[in-house]
Amino acid sequence: MKRWLMVFALCVASTAGLASEINEAATAADPVAEKRLQGLSEELRCLVCQNQTIADSNAELAVDLRREIRGLIRAGKSDAEIIDFMVVRYGDFVLYRPPVKGITLLLWGGPLALLVIGLIALQRYLRRRAARLADEAPLSADDARRADALLKESDDK
Amino acid sequence: MNRYYWIVGAFAALVALLAVGLKLNPRDVPSPLVGKPAPAFSLPVLAEPERTIGPKDMQGQVWLLNVWASWCVSCRQEHPVLVEFSKNGKVPVIGLNYKEVRGDGGFDMGKMGADEEKALAFKRAAQWLAQHGDPYRLTAMDLDGRVGIDYGVYGVPETYVIDKTGIIRMKHTGPITPDVLSAKILPLVAELNK
Repeated sequence: MKRWLMVFALCVASTAGLASEINEAATAADPVAEKRLQGLSEELRCLVCQNQTIADSNAELAVDLRREIRGLIRAGKSDAEIIDFMVVRYGDFVLYRPPVKGITLLLWGGPLALLVIGLIALQRYLRRRAARLADEAPLSADDARRADALLKESDDK
Repeated sequence: MNRYYWIVGAFAALVALLAVGLKLNPRDVPSPLVGKPAPAFSLPVLAEPERTIGPKDMQGQVWLLNVWASWCVSCRQEHPVLVEFSKNGKVPVIGLNYKEVRGDGGFDMGKMGADEEKALAFKRAAQWLAQHGDPYRLTAMDLDGRVGIDYGVYGVPETYVIDKTGIIRMKHTGPITPDVLSAKILPLVAELNK
């Protein structure tokens, strides 16, 4: 267990070191442009390792795309134009925050729909439970006496 | 009792959803380029480095653009299918060699000059085709992968079907299997050639 923790810690440490190394080398060149690059590449998905942003990934394609974004910034393109450049080539899939439209409706609305379904189910359950509890009327005097007698009997034994 | 049907039903629906999700290929990202004109490029031809080729040169015919590289393992898998397909010569296949040297990962690009990279890329690509067969009418050399970016390439091999007017009609990511060829590509090509 300890050994695994160590391996894990080493992995984390090494990637963190690598990332900062890359960032440092780049930031030295032009801090403003690099800041924009950083911001943009955190919005864009790397298509090779699909759960990483272009900023996080060290896949070849991510390196190429960072270089491409750097070139576009240098060419004076706005952030929106650069995002567009990526979407035209790779589709909405590159965006970590895809736009709300017909095809992404389920993606955006799904969690909310599930929440609503959950709340409705909860409300129905609570109502039924309340009704059930209300149905259980208190014992009649006769029944109470019988119950007492039975309990006493079992106590005596 | 009724309640349990609900729970079982919901669980079954979840299982079905996840089962479908498991079958999907996460690498199969729909390309926004389908239905759009093939991005223009002008790249040197492998066999004649002085000559360039671009989509414009292919206007008027239905053609395939196949992105490959000698370091690409899956390309080896699809290559025999392409070689076989190209034998009848009905549909021209243009190769787009993607980052032949840079993409390999085995070279220190900081130390390699542009000329050296170019010479090595042409040599390696030609060697590979000589060894495995050459299904391409021409191969365009995309040394730095810029054209690849324009085509939204993210996992070699990739194949595009482009119609007579230069519109991309289909993109296939991953190796072409005989199934993909006969079920997807050939019918589309026949349709476009009508």
